[in-house]
Amino acid sequence: MAERNMIEAVHDAIQEEMRRDPSIIIMGEDVGEGGVFRATEGLQKEFGEDRVMDTPLAEAAIVGVALGASLNGIRPIAEIQFADFIHPAFDQIVSEVARLHYRSNGTWTCPVTIRTPYGAGIHGGPYHSQSIEAFYAHVPGLKVVCVATPYDAKGLLKSAIRDPNPVMVLEHKKAYRLFKQEIPEDDYTIPIGVAEVRREGTDISLITYGMMTHHSLKAAEAIEKEDGTSVEVIDLRSVKPWDKERVLESVKKTGKVLVVYEDNITGGFGAEVSATIAEEGFDYLDAPIMRVASPDVPIAPYAGVLEEYILPNPEKIAEGIRKLAAY
Amino acid sequence: MVSVKEVPGAMGLGKEQLLDLYYKMFLARTVGQRERMLNRMGKGPFAVTGEGHEAAQVGTAYALTPGKDWALPYYRDIGVALTLGMTARDLLLAHLSRAEAIESGGRNMPSHFSHPQLRIVSGSAPVATQLPHAVGVALAAKLRGLDEVAITYVGDGGTSVGDVHEAFNFAGVHKCPVIFVCENNQYAISVKWSEQSAVQDVALRAAGYGFPGVTVDGNDVLAVYSAAREAVDRARRGEGATFIEAKTYRLVPHTSDDDDRRYRTAEEVAEWSKKDPLVRYKAWLEEHGVASAREIEALQTRALEEVDEATHYAESAPPPDPASAVLHVYADE
Amino acid sequence: MARGRVVTSEKIDTVGLSEDQLLDIYYKMKLGRAMGERQRLLQRMGKGSITYSCEGHEGVQVGMAAAMTPGKDWLFPYYRDTAFVLALGMSPRDVLMSFFARGGDINSGGKNMPSHFSSVPLRIVSEGAPVATQVPHAVGAALAAKIRGLDEVAVTTFGDGGSSPGDVHESMNFAGVHKCPVIFLCEFNYFAISVASRKQMAVENVAIRAAGYGFPGVTVDGNDVLAMYRAAKEAVERARAGEGATFIEAKTYRLVPHSSDDDDKRYRTAEALEAATKNEPIARFAETLRKLGALDDSKDEEITARVKSEVDDATEWAETEPNPTPEEALRHVYVEEK
Repeated sequence: MAERNMIEAVHDAIQEEMRRDPSIIIMGEDVGEGGVFRATEGLQKEFGEDRVMDTPLAEAAIVGVALGASLNGIRPIAEIQFADFIHPAFDQIVSEVARLHYRSNGTWTCPVTIRTPYGAGIHGGPYHSQSIEAFYAHVPGLKVVCVATPYDAKGLLKSAIRDPNPVMVLEHKKAYRLFKQEIPEDDYTIPIGVAEVRREGTDISLITYGMMTHHSLKAAEAIEKEDGTSVEVIDLRSVKPWDKERVLESVKKTGKVLVVYEDNITGGFGAEVSATIAEEGFDYLDAPIMRVASPDVPIAPYAGVLEEYILPNPEKIAEGIRKLAAY
Repeated sequence: MVSVKEVPGAMGLGKEQLLDLYYKMFLARTVGQRERMLNRMGKGPFAVTGEGHEAAQVGTAYALTPGKDWALPYYRDIGVALTLGMTARDLLLAHLSRAEAIESGGRNMPSHFSHPQLRIVSGSAPVATQLPHAVGVALAAKLRGLDEVAITYVGDGGTSVGDVHEAFNFAGVHKCPVIFVCENNQYAISVKWSEQSAVQDVALRAAGYGFPGVTVDGNDVLAVYSAAREAVDRARRGEGATFIEAKTYRLVPHTSDDDDRRYRTAEEVAEWSKKDPLVRYKAWLEEHGVASAREIEALQTRALEEVDEATHYAESAPPPDPASAVLHVYADE
Repeated sequence: MARGRVVTSEKIDTVGLSEDQLLDIYYKMKLGRAMGERQRLLQRMGKGSITYSCEGHEGVQVGMAAAMTPGKDWLFPYYRDTAFVLALGMSPRDVLMSFFARGGDINSGGKNMPSHFSSVPLRIVSEGAPVATQVPHAVGAALAAKIRGLDEVAVTTFGDGGSSPGDVHESMNFAGVHKCPVIFLCEFNYFAISVASRKQMAVENVAIRAAGYGFPGVTVDGNDVLAMYRAAKEAVERARAGEGATFIEAKTYRLVPHSSDDDDKRYRTAEALEAATKNEPIARFAETLRKLGALDDSKDEEITARVKSEVDDATEWAETEPNPTPEEALRHVYVEEK
């Protein structure tokens, strides 16, 4: 076991996979000198310029070239420097990466991993803070995971790299250096599509992912101390596919659901979770499904007071819990 | 009969190969015509064909080694697909969206060529997305120390798309063994070339990325072959990319959904029909004593037979099982 | 207005600028430099989260600005253009209001990152962060001017890294076909964060690409502010005369890291930085001005003192201005009904 923070865990995953499989390369802007978050620190020295490849500033090409290389014996990890900058590659991702296997009737495969830092809370302003999982969880053919712990980051990134399907790995940047965790030094993977129960409880099922997991745990602790309300916190970790079974199991137990996500409330991924529970878990419910999310305002304004106003945090989540508990 | 070794412009090709070029061009023409006919008869909902483009397509594709080299064509490239080894049957099956169509089992539109064994990569419809892919395939070959090359095709309209710039720049920086071919037929549906670009010869843009760009008469199959041969040799020697602009003309509407009378005159089309690459090449073969008129007619008959057989086969082939629509969203674990 | 004698020597072409104008350019370069330095200092003191300094780029930015008519011509900048916007007339106070993300910040009311400039009266168009998205916007503004029969010019800036995205190609092609009065200014400082320019493009001068779109491309020593001004003036005159676009590639050097979050020692040597510093634009222009007899020690000190007092005033001002009220976060998502 080793104590690692999340960015170190990401680094380890990339390094171990590249040692294990010589066909893996990582390509992106600034990856050669270690990357703006140090995810590829020292890797160019170890693996060379061909396998840790600086690309021109061209996101559509980063994804498109990665797709092409993946058809010809290379297993690329395409790094997009910030999730906010992935939009020029939207066409390549949706029209090509996600669709190639289906449109060719299963004959061509695109085992590309796209990894990118996402999320707010670091004074990133409107272009270093966005949550993009809703756009991509929507796309058949793509898998999407959202990680915010060192253990999850390493295990899920490895699974993503090994998956024959294209996988988007969204790493919450606020969690990169948030805390250290004991994680296995040797090889392990976490299957995509499996949620993790972070905290067991009996009164409310709180479904969340990303940085909101950490905020939700704080809120749950506070509420339990306050009046004994027992909140079960489930971290989805994967949004496409997502662990519907685990969630419904929890809803059956508690009867009340609070869905918490950092993204804008309308059309955010939590809306899909809510709709599914309403449809398939209706009989278990004792209250309306409630959500805590950012308002429909571009995430995130730069000034600290503005950003705080917008984003969900432990206090706002606690308020949501209270409201639901009182129903 | 003159020995082809002495024939100027034969580009080191033997008689069999010179005739094969003609056959492939004529086959491409025939398949295109047949698809449009089937569409008019209501049998295939959509046809996009490349009549007029045969020299540009067959000439370039002929310089590759099928199954070793990679091709990422666009939807007009019937000649490319056939030259690299797809059959008339394959194309007609796709045209009629049959289950066994290798391209996509009826999922993708026709003329979205794909054949994994032949290394023809499944294409989509958004224009020019395949150019970065070709760069990626070529990059992989280079990283793996293989002397494979990738060729990719796009129309004149396609050269305006941002992905082209990104692909060119990447290929230039990383010296990828890729050949970019623009089949410049002077129209992007109805938009004339002068509205698409402020320069006449788009090949000159290659200089801005550090590799050669050549403009060639796209209706002269041997000139095209010569340019492609050089580009392939360059790429195999590790010298990087080439951009070939083949000037040609589309003798038919953009697709079966297009009425080209709305944007060009019958006179213009007639003028270009006189420069039909098939007619030109047939004349060249006869003039240089490579083949007699009768030998060429025999090739035409053979092609027609092949297309007739393919049509019959495809018409009788079963459509996909509806339940198969949900398959292959993901690669099986 | 021109005042005082115009000094020319046979060797130095002042491109028709009077002594006053030359000194104004010098002052603006020093102001830009000082503002870059001040924001880095403030950021290190923990008073702001991030800064992207212009230090090194002053010749390019002030040289281009000098050829424009502020408030008539358009600027679609990128985040390194502090000296540029100051040269066009944004006040030091306004720049630091953005740095401190104050409620009264004209650039964005604290909503956008600092150095993401905007001023409606100065026609500096609010910029995002994704690289080169502003380039098609500039073409659009130029197109509109042309359609309306106005002789306005649009200028857009980006780095060497910024020349790679597809949006630049699409913009240049469009501008070429439609003969738009737009100037593409590449502030080529040889690095896109850590990625050296030889990994960004396979050619030495990206300006040669302009030929592929049917308009001129010029490469200029961006650290020679008069050379920069000459190229800029020519491009602006072309555009106003209806002759269309120009691509100006101004070679320069970033004397500082990419941003306050960047450690440039990781990708370039102290020697390289030192060599570049010897070539920096302000010292070079000072030397030129001295040769022209337009600058001496006391004049230089005067300008330095003026700059310092403006920067100090702006700092004092912006430091004590109020933050935005939290509820402001919800406003202006959509145009507000009156």
